[in-house]
Amino acid sequence: MTEIELLSWARGPGLQIASSIFVAGVVIRLFEILLLGRKANLAEARGTEMSSGLKTIFTRTVPDRTTFRRSSVTIVSGYAFHIGLFVVCFLSAPHILFLKDIIGFGWPSLPTPVIDACAVITIIALVATLVNRLTNKVMRFLTNFEDLLTWVLTFLPVLTGYLAFHRIGLTAPSLLAVHLLSVELLLVLFPFTKLMHAFTLFLARWYNGAISGYKGVAS
Amino acid sequence: MSASIDKGINALKRQVDATVAAFFSSCVHCGLCAEACLFYTETGDPKRTPINKTEPLRRIWKNEYTLMGRLGKVLGLAKKVDEQLLQEWQELVYDSCTLCGRCSMVCPVGNDIALMIRKTREGMAAAGQAPAGLIGAVTRAVTIGSPMGVKWPALKAQIKHVEEDTGLKVPVDVPDVDYMLLLSSMEIMNFPEFIDAVARLFDKTGVSWTISSEAFEATNSGIQIGVSDIAAELVQRIVDAAEKLRVKTVISPECGHAYTAIRWDGPNLLGKAFSFKVRHILEVLDELRQAGRLKITGKESRKLTYHDPCQIARRGGVINEPRNLIRMFSDNFVEMPDTGKMNWCCGAGGGVSANERADEIRLKVFARKKAQLDAIKPDAIVSACSNCRIHLEDGLEEYNMDIPLLSLTESLAEHLADRDCAGAGRNE
Repeated sequence: MTEIELLSWARGPGLQIASSIFVAGVVIRLFEILLLGRKANLAEARGTEMSSGLKTIFTRTVPDRTTFRRSSVTIVSGYAFHIGLFVVCFLSAPHILFLKDIIGFGWPSLPTPVIDACAVITIIALVATLVNRLTNKVMRFLTNFEDLLTWVLTFLPVLTGYLAFHRIGLTAPSLLAVHLLSVELLLVLFPFTKLMHAFTLFLARWYNGAISGYKGVAS
Repeated sequence: MSASIDKGINALKRQVDATVAAFFSSCVHCGLCAEACLFYTETGDPKRTPINKTEPLRRIWKNEYTLMGRLGKVLGLAKKVDEQLLQEWQELVYDSCTLCGRCSMVCPVGNDIALMIRKTREGMAAAGQAPAGLIGAVTRAVTIGSPMGVKWPALKAQIKHVEEDTGLKVPVDVPDVDYMLLLSSMEIMNFPEFIDAVARLFDKTGVSWTISSEAFEATNSGIQIGVSDIAAELVQRIVDAAEKLRVKTVISPECGHAYTAIRWDGPNLLGKAFSFKVRHILEVLDELRQAGRLKITGKESRKLTYHDPCQIARRGGVINEPRNLIRMFSDNFVEMPDTGKMNWCCGAGGGVSANERADEIRLKVFARKKAQLDAIKPDAIVSACSNCRIHLEDGLEEYNMDIPLLSLTESLAEHLADRDCAGAGRNE
């Protein structure tokens, strides 16, 4: 297989297979959770479930002061790589063009130097989260194989994307093929690992807010 | 209570619902919950990280309720829940967690970890992996009617003393009144002043109330150990008495978990809504304040602070009421750092105080409360939970701190306007 054939496969069938597994997997996982259901609360309510749940989806994004002070490294590195990932995934010109081909519409991109800086920040932040995971006493204790696997799955697309953009190491088609394949690997494993938190966190935060809100506590 | 590992596993399976599945699916092992838990911050032992305490429940969820977990089970890769695991986890689930719920407030993905630990206890108890102290309390609650073995004659004797001291009639088994007061065994045995205070407050504010001789115990060991059947049986006794006396509202006393048990868990344990309301004594007193019926005289200038009992504040929603009430008699009320819904637990709730094995650790983790108190150096601490009160006294003694502890209800009674004129009971 030539590098061009590899790139064509990665852009065509490879992407289709990976996207299909991703979508089907996410849907199955969400149904798997929601179909378990939840009993209605029979105690007299002091507050509301719906609005409190929705509120917590947003408010839980900001840590309270003591938590921030006690876990600042985890929080700052976590914020940095999440925001960085979002920016390089969805606000870089090549990605927007790529997505426009698939979904039919695009949106304005950020200037290349900004994206480049974000990519570097994301890489640094991801390395920092790994170092933190391996050195922080609690995180090291909690860490299992899946935590390391998902780190690699997240890191590879950022790294290969950066290399592809700057054409470092290999020819352009090879770099692009490797980048696409790393994204496809991420998509395939996404629904079956803790990466699913990107979707289930909305459910979890809603439940948390609803449970507390019902009792009149803003969580 | 016959127990076996199969019963434990089945009990854990019954605990898995959409909330549990969403929570476990969302955990990214960030470890933030550890820093919210005094059992971690004061011991530095990572195995006490809150989310780690839910491991038995997590395994059941993973193996039984996820596609990959079921696949793993078929392939023989699943991590099993067995007696050894539960035995190992006993110390984490019962001795190192007060179900205070602070972790549930900081988890960035929104996991209600305290709820998950509470659910894990259902499996532990069904498998016979609960501490002896708690099993004893539950057995006494079921057979005698109180976890401390307090029977009606003991309360009757205390009521007699209160009547002699106050000159007021404490109404017993009076039907068709507004309120039925529940008490904790701790109040009956250690703090009968609470009954004295309520009698005087209700006399002055003209509240019609009663105590039931058939159901006066508010605490619920079934909730603490994690046996819903027993918890439901204990709630049912209160419901029967309240319905028999046709009261409008049942009052939960100065006890944290009793409030959770009767106010929030009760109707769900029985599977039906109550025909009466449930209020914490502080809610009742604050309603009287708002209605202008609670008249207080004289303001204290010594520095007072308020310790929020977890089940009343963070897990119960009674946060503003105590502050409104304290300000009635104090012009020097100071909050501790991290207060209200973010308060740190005293270290002995959720059954920890009934578990002698946890005596050492509960005093060790009191260092967190000490740090909070050291930050503001109050002249006295006000609170509204007898269990917190006993443990705070223990902790203060252990750390050589000389700060008096006050019950909020009792403090209000002491500041009642015109208290010397308290006459005969006014129960219509």
